[in-house]
Parts: sequence; structure tokens; C-alpha cells
Amino acid sequence: MREFQPVRRLRTSREAAIAGVRGRQPPVSGRGGIGEPPAGPPTRTLPYTLVITALVLALTAAALAALALGSVRIPTADVIQILTGNADPSPYRTIVLDVRLPRVILGAAVGAGLAVVGTTLQALVRNPLADPFLLGVSSGASAAAVSVIVLGVGAGMATTVTIPAASFAGAFLALLVVYALAREPGGGFTTTRLILAGVAVSYVLSALTSLILVVSARADHLKEVLYWTLGGLGSARWDMLALPLTVLAVGTALLIALARPLDLLLVGEEGATVLGLDTARFRAGVFVLTSLVTGVLVAHSGAIGFVGLMVPHAARMLVGAAHRALLPVAALMGAVFLVVADLAARTVAAPQDIPVGVLTALTGGPFFLWLLRRGRAREGAPA
Amino acid sequence: MRLRTEDLTYEIPSGRRLVDAVSLTVSAGETVGLVGPNGSGKTTLLRCVYGALRPTGGRVLLDGEDLADAGAKARARRIATVPQDGQAGFELTVRQIVAMGRSPHKRFWEADTAADGELVRGALERVGAADLAGRSFARLSGGERQRVLTARALVQEPAVLVLDEPTNHLDIRYQLEILGLVRDLGTANLLALHDLTLAAYYCDRLYVLDAGRVVASGPPKDVLTGELLAEVYGVAAEVAVHPATGAPTVTYLPGVPGAIRP
Repeated sequence: MREFQPVRRLRTSREAAIAGVRGRQPPVSGRGGIGEPPAGPPTRTLPYTLVITALVLALTAAALAALALGSVRIPTADVIQILTGNADPSPYRTIVLDVRLPRVILGAAVGAGLAVVGTTLQALVRNPLADPFLLGVSSGASAAAVSVIVLGVGAGMATTVTIPAASFAGAFLALLVVYALAREPGGGFTTTRLILAGVAVSYVLSALTSLILVVSARADHLKEVLYWTLGGLGSARWDMLALPLTVLAVGTALLIALARPLDLLLVGEEGATVLGLDTARFRAGVFVLTSLVTGVLVAHSGAIGFVGLMVPHAARMLVGAAHRALLPVAALMGAVFLVVADLAARTVAAPQDIPVGVLTALTGGPFFLWLLRRGRAREGAPA
Repeated sequence: MRLRTEDLTYEIPSGRRLVDAVSLTVSAGETVGLVGPNGSGKTTLLRCVYGALRPTGGRVLLDGEDLADAGAKARARRIATVPQDGQAGFELTVRQIVAMGRSPHKRFWEADTAADGELVRGALERVGAADLAGRSFARLSGGERQRVLTARALVQEPAVLVLDEPTNHLDIRYQLEILGLVRDLGTANLLALHDLTLAAYYCDRLYVLDAGRVVASGPPKDVLTGELLAEVYGVAAEVAVHPATGAPTVTYLPGVPGAIRP
């Protein structure tokens, strides 16, 4: 019973949004459906093509819903007509194509990217409680981005370049620091050390962000920065999508290609070494890749938490822990999750646009506590 | 294929030498045992050989080639081992864990083939773990894990097998089976063993380590003597050739006055 609660929670949060199409989707949460105990140990997995097909359908449905719903309701038939280019110019057309579509695409990209990065970081530290947000990587990216906005670092260059570049650097440095702090002398990562290091680094970086703000407070900066600290997709525009989409595509493709060495990381440092992996070099490469993806995404969406924590976990329950199968599923699930979460963020308190990071934290916080409890129960259980 | 260490030394920053100028050889088809009390340097020596530690002095040679010059992957194609704390790794299945043994033979993006699957199946059968293939590795018992990791070492198709206490968690039947299996592989085997009687039966030659140094070496019947056990382990023991196995058998004499030296 317990095993499935978070999945149910995750589905409930998007229930309203996909209510209209849910009946047509194959169940995503396990063979038994919602609320039933899993039909076997988590190693028993669903047929892979079924999972991928279901997720692609779910993403399509979520995207259509996100294009149709909002402060202005647009009939789905009209949305499809607009998308296929058969509609006359109209206000609907502008809303769908210029306001909602770029936002849906950015949401899908950020969700997919955070899920892929979360999956990778969890392999890197061999702990299911890793997430770019919890490990301070996102905070590093936001702090660096805010410095660029407020302090005018790199003034003169286009902010479309300087902000993502700074975010990447900030993410990379934060990850290095947390990794160094959390690592046991023998090379292991206990949950306690990992979380403490992540929380400490996040706090220092948030404080730094606040300090920069207070010292050089300008009203327009405050609003922009608040947006970063909460995480939102409201600024999505067509002309800013190229960079995040490129980085996401390249980063994900590379990580899927690296599935074999990522699997090797799961058996520990010594295990990976004796199986022929140059762990130091590979780890350095993965640091750069994950920081790059996180940094560029955070530069466009702010720090959205817990997607990289919840999604990899759910994906592992579906297809197991081997990365060649896991990463594409995690990417698709992350995309679906964030598109739906953002739709909820736009609609639950309409016309207020709640930052989507607030919603993901509302679902992710309890999930995190559940994982922590479950981990403790397992550690306490006899071997 | 011939494994050789030349004055292999591993010194920790405090200056203490855990392994002190050890020179040994293991040839193809030969099973060589490393025995000695706790802290005598067996594990450290083995870790230097299979590449988890970088020796601070001396060399590890494979057919005359210095392994320090070979990359981790080239080493893993020729030397396989069972690391002592095999980590669980989320919920990977036994089959996935064993298939990792193919990694050193693959480019990193290459997928496993049907032939690889066949190797995995065969190796699991040989260690008596065929029925575990679909199980979660994390949920196995210590002995089951040890057999699965041994299967992974077989799948690596190594020339040299380096095993640290390969019988650690195993019940007696699997101890005999695994050691017999390893001996008959035709690889050059270097094994650290606690059980002197098992070492005497399965090993062609023994090296006795004490405080990081080799204090005796040779065929078991020459090496395992009451005097040596008294000197190295500080216990009284009787060594006799067992009529059925023809190998030296160690009987400890804990009740004898003065059997355990202060």
C-alpha cells in the first residue's frame, strides 16, 4: 500500500488537468492500477514499448490540455485546428501559438531535463535522495544568474548568453562543493551527509542571493529575482527556446549513450574501477554535463525543486534501474509532470499565476519525507 | 599469462608500510594462496594488484607489461575480482549485475548481445545461482551476493582472477564448489584465504604474509608447519597430511597450555 502513495499523490495533482483524457490512457502507475499493492518486487517491470507509448500519449494529452485550458478556455477542436495551421488569425491563435505553446515546450524541456539530471545525480552519489534542487545545484545556478542580473557582471554582452553561462558556472561550483563535503573518506555517501551538505550550501547561496538583492535593491530587480527563487515558466517566449532545447537534447543523448558507465557507478567506486571504468574522469565529465543542463534550464525557469527527486524514483519503479531504459522514461515522465504541474499552477488560482516551483515543492516535500522514512525502515531491517 | 609483482609496496601517509616489498608470481592454470593473520596486508596487496589502489613502490606486471601504464579498462579485460563490499546499486537485477562483467570488452555505448546473455546465463549456472537471475541483487543474502559477483568475474573472461576471501559468506558446500570451480578455470588465480586447510587443499603454492612481508612461500606441505603457525599467528597447531585428501590439515590446539601467546 505504502509504496504507491506518492504515485497517487502525483496523479491527483494532475487529475483535474487531464480528467478529460485519462480514461483513454493505459495506467502509468503499475499493473494493478492506483491504490493496489505492486504485483511483485520492483524488479518486475512493464514491457518497455508499452511504457514509452503510454508516456508519449500522456505528454500529448497534457500538452493539448495545457494549450486549451487557462484563464481563457479554448475548445480542443480549435486548438488542433490552430496547431495544424487551418485556423484564421484570431485572438485564440495568438494565445495558443505565442503564449501557451512556448510555455508548454519550455515546461516539457525543463521537466525532462531536471528528471534526467536527477537520475544521473542519484547514480553519481548512489543515493535516491539526490536532486539538483536538494543538492544546492539549482541554488548555485540561481545565485550566479542573480549576480549577473543585479551586479551587471559581463555587462555589454547579451544576457541570453551571460545568464545561462553564469548559471552553468554556479551550478558546477555548487555541485563540486556539495560533493566534496558529502563524500565519506571511503568514497561513500550517507543520506545524512548528503542532505546536510546540500541544505548548507543551498542556504549559503540563498543568503548570498538575498544579500546581493538588499545591497543593490532596485524594484525591477526584486521582481525578476523573486521569480528565480520560486521557479516559474511565465517568461517563456519563442526566441529563448533554442538554447535550452539544444542543451537538453545534447545532454540527454550523451547521458543515454553513457548508460553503461552510469550503471557501473551504481555498484560503487571500487566495483566500477575493477570493471574498467576510469571513475575520476567519468565523474568529472558527468559533473560538467549535469551542471550544464541544470544551469541552462535554471537560467530560463528558475529553480524548480523536487522534479528531479520524484520522477526518477517513479521511473525506476516502472522500468528498473538500468540507465539505458531508465533515462528516456524519466525524461518523458518529467516532461509530462512539469507540463501538468504548470497547467495547475496557471489554473488553480486563476487568474493568479502561481510559480510552478511552489506546486512541485508542495508535492515533492511530502514525497521526500516519505522516501526518507522508507530508507530508514529499510536500513533498520535485518539484512 | 603470468602475473608478477616486483617489490610491491604500499605505504600510508604516516609512513607505515602495509605491504612491504612483496614479490610473487602466479602463472596460468596455477592457484596461489595468500595467507596470514588479520592486518598482515593481504587485502591491500590484492587491491594493488586489481587496481583499486596505486602502489607507492614496486610494480605489478602482466606478461612483463607494467599495469600502471595500462588504463582501467585494459586492466579489467585481463584481471577480474570480487570486490569485498559489493554494493547494492538501487534495484538492479542479478542478471544486470552479472552482465556488467562484459563492460571492459565493450565501447561505452555498445549494448549487450545475445552472446553476452548466454555468457551471463552460463556463469550463473556455474556458481549455482541460475534461479536468482531475475531477483533484485540488493535483496540477496551475503552468500548469494558472493556467488553472483563470482559469476560476474567469470563473465569478464579474465586471464587472472584475484579473489579476496572468496568463501567469506558461503556455507561449506559452496566454499568447496567455488574454490574447485576457480581452480579448474585455467586462469592465473591469486586468492587470499583465512581457512588454512582449504588453502592447503586448493592452492598449488602459498605465500605467508606477516606485517606486510612475505615470511614463507612454497607448496602448502612445505609452508604450513606447526612452527610457522606459532610464529606468524601465535597459536599452537598440529599439521598432518590427511590420508583421504593427501593435503596438509591444520588442527588448532586451543586447550593446550601456552597455545595462545600473549
